[in-house]
Amino acid sequence: MHLSARQTRIAGRHVANEPLWLRILLIGISGIVVTVLIIVPLVYVFVQAFGNGPAAWWAQLVKDRDTQHSIFLTVVLAPVAVLLNTIFGLAAAWTLTKFRFRGRVLLLTLLDLPFAVSPVVAGLCILLVYGMQGFLGPTLREWGMPVVFSWPGLLMATTFVTMPFVARELIPLMESLGSDEELAAVSLGASRWQLFWRITLPNIKWGLLFGIIQCHARAIGEFGAVKVVSGGIGGQTDTMPLRVEKLFQEYNNPGSYAVASVLTLMALATLAARILLERWTEYQLAAMSEEKEG
Amino acid sequence: MSISIQNVSRRFGNFQALSDVSLNVPSGSLTALLGPSGSGKTTLLRIIAGLETPDTGTVLFQEEDVTEKAARDREVGFVFQHYALFRHMTVFENVAFGLRVRKVAKDIANARVKELLSLVRLEGLGNRFPSELSGGQRQRVALARALAMRPQMLLLDEPFGALDAKVRQELRTWLRKLHEEMHVTTVFVTHDQEEAFEMADQVVVMNHGKIEQIGTPQDVFDHPATPFVMDFLGNVNVFHGRVKAGRVELGPFSLAYDAYTHEEPRNATAYVRPHELEIDRVATATSLAARVLQVNPAGAVVKVRVFAEEYGVELNIDLIRDRAAVLRLQSGDTVYVHPKTARVFMPEPEYAI
Repeated sequence: MHLSARQTRIAGRHVANEPLWLRILLIGISGIVVTVLIIVPLVYVFVQAFGNGPAAWWAQLVKDRDTQHSIFLTVVLAPVAVLLNTIFGLAAAWTLTKFRFRGRVLLLTLLDLPFAVSPVVAGLCILLVYGMQGFLGPTLREWGMPVVFSWPGLLMATTFVTMPFVARELIPLMESLGSDEELAAVSLGASRWQLFWRITLPNIKWGLLFGIIQCHARAIGEFGAVKVVSGGIGGQTDTMPLRVEKLFQEYNNPGSYAVASVLTLMALATLAARILLERWTEYQLAAMSEEKEG
Repeated sequence: MSISIQNVSRRFGNFQALSDVSLNVPSGSLTALLGPSGSGKTTLLRIIAGLETPDTGTVLFQEEDVTEKAARDREVGFVFQHYALFRHMTVFENVAFGLRVRKVAKDIANARVKELLSLVRLEGLGNRFPSELSGGQRQRVALARALAMRPQMLLLDEPFGALDAKVRQELRTWLRKLHEEMHVTTVFVTHDQEEAFEMADQVVVMNHGKIEQIGTPQDVFDHPATPFVMDFLGNVNVFHGRVKAGRVELGPFSLAYDAYTHEEPRNATAYVRPHELEIDRVATATSLAARVLQVNPAGAVVKVRVFAEEYGVELNIDLIRDRAAVLRLQSGDTVYVHPKTARVFMPEPEYAI
């Protein structure tokens, strides 16, 4: 959020100094790349999905039980993963910014691992540990709680892949806020609980929401890790991205594009929410920095 | 409520912030913790508030040992250096915070906040956010917020550090007046000796985690206990010489010094403040010849810088304006300097084994 404001300012200064032909060239290149890689495919998804009219599109989504179930699964799984990562992210950010302890840097580094590791590898790890050949798999199966090829595995994979979003957003924010306001609240008699709800949360709420939105966008679209642990059982463990692929493999292009268009709409909604939030936080940051200057 | 600090020590990693500090703050007094940064004054203040715990030692409020008591139960008003106002709350809600978290009935709380806002002269600004206030106004909000629970004591960390000179002066006078009306035991931290002397009944000078001197402003200024205190309380000229038989000899100067009457001479250092040096146009037996380097007449006193070639020392001298008018000094003039008084410190003698 900070960055975007700074970038615009730097860009503005450059444009003023660079010669006209360079400006046109750079803007042209960006325009072509964006068109070829983003706009055309995006529009094409909608053209294909709605090619036979909205009624046919709707029918593709509703008439197929497996498709229906995949939408249901994604719409339920993603928020649960987001909820888990929100709780984890808050706890991790709190721990890492309020306390200095041995292994703090290690924890900070491990937090980035899900971004660095390929999602397929993450899925494979879950498979190896919790699968039937893994050392926890048989026991869990006996207890009637199979992880792999069932929804707990999907949840695990999705949560793993989206883990850093909330924490990564909160850590720098909480670092910059410092602990003065919290100390002030404590000296005024606030309990830990009151401190969190009345001081900490209001101060981080926009950052938190931003992290949640990003986390949610990624959770909905996750393919690689989920693919490995899902087993692709139609009507049971297929999420929307998996369903898109399966329909496509079955040469059911209208069905595939219909589901893909829904996923894209969700992504666009996320983008819109992000832009609104960025505008709002920029305004908030301006107010904040003003306060710091005094 | 009186505060008693007994043998408190605190260490942060390799840094000894406080070592074996003991201090009494009488009930209803206004005490200044004065020292350079890193002297441990803020740590001591935070320990009193319970925002920091001592490694060893005890803190008593009246007779009660509060060392283990949580900050929120100590009923202490704390004003932070950068105010630490809650940025997402209005001025009114900031001041009301302590009352809200302690579940004081809403109408009583609101009435109390109104009363406090008028006390700190911020009526009508209750709906503003902290970011919409000036530095001085924020400071007063922080003060009102700290006073909301009618605390037994008020602790302020560098309360005027971030304000410009004029506002600082106004707030000092105002806070002093407020203290006289309310008589709440107050401790504040400052690195500004003028601020400490102007406001406090009791000044505690700290350095390197230890207390150098405790006393009234007059005491501390007139009778500094250590060279550090002398040096810290403003500009000072340093002379090296000897003491012997009730006198101190500093080059050509000789002053009475009753504290050492032995015949055997000992090394000593003397400190003379700029206003304690006298300038003359004519030489006497005990004066030092010096060349005027610079005359700065802007201010309540005329500041003169001279250089004594014989000893290779530069001296700072403050002249009252009338005297300066008589002398009419120009840079390059040769003058004769002598001290009216001096504070002498003898280093501990080193015994050879």
